[in-house]
Amino acid sequence: MTAAPGAAASIELRGVYKSFGKTQIIRGVNLAIAKGERHAIIGPNGAGKSTLFNLISGRFPVSSGNVLLNGADITGLKPYQINRRGLSRSFQITNIFHRLSVFENLRCSVLWSLGYKYSFWKALNGLADANERAAEVMEGIGLSRRRDTLAGLLSYAEQRALEIGITIAGGAEVILLDEPTAGMNRSETAHAVELIKKVTAGKTLVMVEHDMGVVFGLADRISVLVYGEVIATDAPAAIRSNAAVQEAYLGTTANNH
Amino acid sequence: MSAGANLGTTIRFRPLNVGRYFLWGSFALVLAVLPLFFSAGFAITMMSQMGIFIIAALAYNMLLGETGLLSFGHAVYTGLGSYFAIHALNWIAAGTLPLPVALVPLVGGLFGLLFGLLFGYIITKKAGTTFAMITLGIGEMVFAASLMFPSFFGGEGGISANRVVGKPFLGITYGPAIQVYYLIALWTFVAMIAMFALTRTPLGRVANAVRDNPERAEFIGYNTHIVRFLMFALSGFFAGIAGGLSAINFEIVSAESVGAQRSGGMLLAAYIGGVGVFFGPVIGAIIFTFFLVAMSNMTKAWLLYLGLFFMAIVMFAPGGIASVILMNLRVWKAGFMNRLWKPYAALASAGVIALGGFVAIVEMTYKLSDSGGGGAFSVFGIPIDLAKPLSWIVAGLVLAVGGFLYRRAWVAMKREWDDIQSILAERAT
Ligand SMILES: Nc1ncnc2c1ncn2[C@@H]1O[C@H](COP(=O)(O)OP(=O)(O)O)[C@@H](O)[C@H]1O
Ligand SMILES: [Mg+2]
Repeated sequence: MTAAPGAAASIELRGVYKSFGKTQIIRGVNLAIAKGERHAIIGPNGAGKSTLFNLISGRFPVSSGNVLLNGADITGLKPYQINRRGLSRSFQITNIFHRLSVFENLRCSVLWSLGYKYSFWKALNGLADANERAAEVMEGIGLSRRRDTLAGLLSYAEQRALEIGITIAGGAEVILLDEPTAGMNRSETAHAVELIKKVTAGKTLVMVEHDMGVVFGLADRISVLVYGEVIATDAPAAIRSNAAVQEAYLGTTANNH
Repeated sequence: MSAGANLGTTIRFRPLNVGRYFLWGSFALVLAVLPLFFSAGFAITMMSQMGIFIIAALAYNMLLGETGLLSFGHAVYTGLGSYFAIHALNWIAAGTLPLPVALVPLVGGLFGLLFGLLFGYIITKKAGTTFAMITLGIGEMVFAASLMFPSFFGGEGGISANRVVGKPFLGITYGPAIQVYYLIALWTFVAMIAMFALTRTPLGRVANAVRDNPERAEFIGYNTHIVRFLMFALSGFFAGIAGGLSAINFEIVSAESVGAQRSGGMLLAAYIGGVGVFFGPVIGAIIFTFFLVAMSNMTKAWLLYLGLFFMAIVMFAPGGIASVILMNLRVWKAGFMNRLWKPYAALASAGVIALGGFVAIVEMTYKLSDSGGGGAFSVFGIPIDLAKPLSWIVAGLVLAVGGFLYRRAWVAMKREWDDIQSILAERAT
């Protein structure tokens, strides 16, 4: 599942480097992810997966290299500028609006994309499209029952679901999910996978994930990141049998399962 | 259609929210009839100041409670609004500005907005401690400037004006204090509704999001600097209206109106009332003005009492009075209030005793330093001779006994309270 010749990749990284102080964390990543592809990034802890997401989404500036979104250079743009261009991400460590209700969390997340921007002359309750969209997402992530509960009071699994809801609510075409199932038990994970499949249908999805069951069930292609370098990018079956990957990462994890 | 989608749409199709209209209607009525019950000149003046301070405290809370910005210099915007309003009054008197006096607060508002835009753009680039420090710096700067440019600020003496200028409208001259009260009441009502409406707009809600988690707000498309900046400028506008009203009310504006003490007052009022609830600062403004105007008349120690009251709120009711009210309403609605009446009564009685002892000691101490030892006076009709140790022993005993009873009553009340809260929490899940 590679991009058709001529069509711009959804996300493209060209020679991306990132250092924190003297330590180089991302060491020359080249990667192209096609429109509509479901791409998983795996790799040991500390490999730089979250850092890669931070570079793509504008949270950190790259040290060198370029990031392209739909063929346009977005290197150096601010997170909100990148988000407005149709890329949205979730966080490994839950990052929600704690003192707002579930519904308000989601409604806030749809406002910009629906064009309400900084409006202070329109009543929120009169914004039919925003309210409908927020309710629809709330239903989609299974939190309708918790509509008026403050986000900070939700259970961990519910907060993780809300984290995904906030990410997808704006209708971005490119979704980055950083370990969406981290800390969940088996049934919660299964539920989350169904949710992710449902809410990202037809979109470009890039996901950092540790659970190999999830990765192999969901991804079209997998990239393996080790010490800030992509050592392989391929279809799940090929990754499974790749010797370098076995050695660097999968072997140990497979034994654990 | 699913249940969740229905939830979203029911909100949309809900008929006029009767409860809210009723609340605002009652509030308007209270504003209108208050002078009938409190008709003394002193009361009218105090209520006028309360109205002004309600607007200022609510404007302040657009930053603190709604956007999570702690300002130490918001008097800059009320104060500069006051200065321009007082000049406007003088221009009206000179015939150079054709504006009815009733609209002079708008002049204050527009200049509050202007300076909110000017200073705010820089100030709001940062949040947190940096923001607080810059507001402090700009506050000092404007205060210094107010003494440096006497032609505009009037130096030490300030600028004065006469509010009875221009043509009277329907016989209203704004000479009598009662007419000024109604002008202030009207502006208070309008400004309150506008600020409340603002909390229910995209900007208002996203400001809450920026308060809770500025980083995430950037990942849902919002430039947090612009959100803070707009909230700051709009807050400056309402602060300026309060300043304009204050110029009309006092007919004089001096440097202290842009000073740090005035800024601190807004913080205190908002916090005492409660920054997490829209109407919190309203309560805080009323209490603060009461201390400032009435208590300061009764006792020299009023600032001490205000400070202690503030500390008590911070320590025992960090959500302010509004949150105490809301929590009790919740208990009451759930039908548990009957378990609390007795503990509350015990707490109140013990509180009154302890407070009596405490106030006696404070007042005696102040009297002592005034009279240079000795002297006699009376508190609540009880004659007190400062020279006699017995007076001090009795006051100390009252405080000790009251404090002891208060402590016991507090523990008993807290037990009931915690029990009720745990029942309510269980019900909620
Ligand atoms: N903001 C930062 N400052 C300094 N070092 C960082 C920062 N963010 C991540 N790192 C370091 O970069 C490395 C990769 O981290 P991360 O991208 O979170 O790994 P992963 O998500 O693959 O587990 C780690 O060694 C981490 O300590
Ligand atoms: Mg990570």
